[in-house]
Amino acid sequence: MSAVALELHGLSKSFGGVPAVRDVTLAIVEGERRLLLGPNGAGKSTLFNLVTGDLPSDSGTIRLFGHDVSRLRADRRVHLGLSRTYQVITLFPKDTLAHNIVLALLGLSRSRFDPFSILGRRGDLWERARLALDRVGLSSLADRPVAQTSYGEQRRLELAMALAQEPRVLLLDEPLAGLSREERRDVQDLLATIPREVTVVMIEHDLDVALSFAEKITVLHYGQVIVEGTRAEVVADPRVQEVYLGA
Amino acid sequence: MRFFLIQSLNGLALGGLLFLLSSGFSLIFGLMRVANLAHGAFFMLGAYVGLSALRAGLGFVPAVLLGGLAIAVLGGLAERFLLRRLAGKTLPQVLITLGIAFIIGDASLLIWSGDPMPLPIPQALSGAVPLFGVFFPKYRLAVVAISVVVAAVLWLLLERTRIGAMIRAGVDDMEMARGLGIAVPRLFTIVFCIGAALAGMGGVLGGPILSVYPGLDMDMLPLALIVLILGGAGNLLGAFAGSYFIGFLYTFGQALLPDLAYVILFLPMVAALALRPQGLFRLRAA
Amino acid sequence: MKRLAVRAAIAVLFLVPAFLPFDYYVNIASQILIAAVFASSLNLLVGYGGLISLGHAGYLGTSAYVAAWLVTRGGLSHLWASLGAVGLTTVMAAVFGVLSLRATGLGFVMITLALGQILWGVAYRWVSLTGGDNGLSGFSRPHPFGLELSSANAFYLFALAVFALAFLFVSIFVRSTFGAGLQGARDQPRRLQALGWDVWSIRFVTFVIAGFWGAVAGVLYADYNQFVSPHVLALTNSAEVLLMVIAGGAGTLLGPIVGAAVVVLLKNVVSAYVTRWVLLLGLVFVVIVLYMPEGLVPGIERLRFRRRPLHRGARA
Repeated sequence: MSAVALELHGLSKSFGGVPAVRDVTLAIVEGERRLLLGPNGAGKSTLFNLVTGDLPSDSGTIRLFGHDVSRLRADRRVHLGLSRTYQVITLFPKDTLAHNIVLALLGLSRSRFDPFSILGRRGDLWERARLALDRVGLSSLADRPVAQTSYGEQRRLELAMALAQEPRVLLLDEPLAGLSREERRDVQDLLATIPREVTVVMIEHDLDVALSFAEKITVLHYGQVIVEGTRAEVVADPRVQEVYLGA
Repeated sequence: MRFFLIQSLNGLALGGLLFLLSSGFSLIFGLMRVANLAHGAFFMLGAYVGLSALRAGLGFVPAVLLGGLAIAVLGGLAERFLLRRLAGKTLPQVLITLGIAFIIGDASLLIWSGDPMPLPIPQALSGAVPLFGVFFPKYRLAVVAISVVVAAVLWLLLERTRIGAMIRAGVDDMEMARGLGIAVPRLFTIVFCIGAALAGMGGVLGGPILSVYPGLDMDMLPLALIVLILGGAGNLLGAFAGSYFIGFLYTFGQALLPDLAYVILFLPMVAALALRPQGLFRLRAA
Repeated sequence: MKRLAVRAAIAVLFLVPAFLPFDYYVNIASQILIAAVFASSLNLLVGYGGLISLGHAGYLGTSAYVAAWLVTRGGLSHLWASLGAVGLTTVMAAVFGVLSLRATGLGFVMITLALGQILWGVAYRWVSLTGGDNGLSGFSRPHPFGLELSSANAFYLFALAVFALAFLFVSIFVRSTFGAGLQGARDQPRRLQALGWDVWSIRFVTFVIAGFWGAVAGVLYADYNQFVSPHVLALTNSAEVLLMVIAGGAGTLLGPIVGAAVVVLLKNVVSAYVTRWVLLLGLVFVVIVLYMPEGLVPGIERLRFRRRPLHRGARA
């Protein structure tokens, strides 16, 4: 019996009276590939923000491998094995790709407290950064500033940063958004290389990729879970069809 | 009782002057998100201009108007040719106002020399009026009356005119205002001129009470900041209430605990900021 | 090899004033060094941390006052007075840091300004403690290790030693792993937090370190002038050091030093020919903000090489 990696219970969040997430309860086991589906405004990104701690919830609990992290600061949750990518790319544009990865690596390292350890001399960090970039095919651009790379390359960098942290739970917020067909294939291949033990929760609108990747799907609508099940169950469900195709 | 009445009037008078200083400061910040660090310098320069006008033989009222006009022109030029070039970059804009403050401060020293100079009280307002068994200086009463009139005029401007509506729209939601077709750059210049004029006039009116001296600018600027924080950005009522609150606090503080008065002024500000840092960007009261 | 030669030449240049017989110019050089330490400390906050403080004079001033008081009224030796001054001021920086970091951006500017004004108000009014407008005076130059520092050259060497220490610290600090986090927090604080860093702690530690080195500059200031008055805590002083950082180039190592030199030279040398040097300073500042907003050091580099400034994170 696999451990439950991420468990949400009665999670809710409103913005000025408008509910964005309503009483969401779900459980994701370790190693699972979960897809979060739903039309725009369904509350998917808000749900991610609640899980990572970027937003405080109004009520409900969040459990990471049994730990209650509902009131835990965002950076502390990263230390418990949570990593994410963002829908809107937020990287460090004036820095090189390698430097961006190093910042991700340092986030989990005790060196981040060290004001005397000169970064330029930390060959160990730069080596690990190069490996992380290698994994996504970006090592040739290691010394290029992010501002001078393409959108697709930045998406891959985001993924590399999250993977470099060797997370136990990985949240991917629309990793394919804005990519060309070729770039999507690249990212799709990358997703397949994610270690099996890593629990992956993905928000994605590209159904071809998403459905082939996901083992279980949770469908959100107006902040509520309306359907949950396997690929086949969800696709066949009339409520889902109504949400996506109905008035 | 006598003490209380006299100090209350002094507090009101100071509050009135602070209102003239900070209403402009608050409007500029509320609309343009620029903390005009030259605002104290505007106040001081207005006083100097008023002083020169009086020495040239002009009456007090023309001197006040001239002070306001001169600073309005200066402010308009600064906004149009310096601030507008950095549109959208608030930090460089704030830094430029700091540079302008330095320039005005030193130029004033050059032109008017370093001696503190009180402005003469106009004949019509000299002397005192007996009320409640106490003699109240007429000039201070006049300052309070003027500030209330100015507050009313500003309120009418904001609430009843088209320009006022545009200003309020800009303070509430800049993007929306732009989307509605409001000519934002011109509005900025107008508001900056209004704010500068208020500060300039305030300086002249304050001349008989505070005198004018090098350093007046840096003495007044922190007070404007305190009122801004207490009253909220672009909030006329807040600026009014905040100015009088600080006017009272400072006057009574000076009278009762002179050594600690200056410190006491800043404590509400630090408390407000420490407990509610969002208070700085409070929108106008509906 | 060439870079090493350039650096050696610069080092030698720094040593020259120690041996010149022109006291007036040597003293100006000392003042530049003191201002450079002061500006470098603020640069940690402003340039590398992205936090604009308008109350930094509070740390130089408090330290100067405490040092002066401990020597003249407390009867302590210069060593203990200096340690006491820096220690006390650093503790004050920790307290002020907690208060100031309740806000960021303009709120932070205002709290730092308010706290600075409170200190000034205390120095001005608490006459029994601080001497009020008359200030504290009557203490001699220190004599570390028995060396006399009353001569201009000797004091210059002393200031140079302290400056070298400060510069060494800052150059290591900004290139360190912690420094990388600080700059990341300046550029994308939410992203950095989401990567596992604690942005508040980074800023707090930097605030305290900036206060520490500001206090060190304060001790130098007191020793050099042998006199402390409330002016050292005035808003104009905080504005001046901010000017030094921004005009020289915030977020660069050399920027604050260049900025300090510009301001001190304007104040002393130019004022011999032009009476109103502050006016000139204001004009210079406006021009820099308009045409070289990154400051003199990056601006000049850009003009010289006609390309974008170097980016961080190049190959180790």
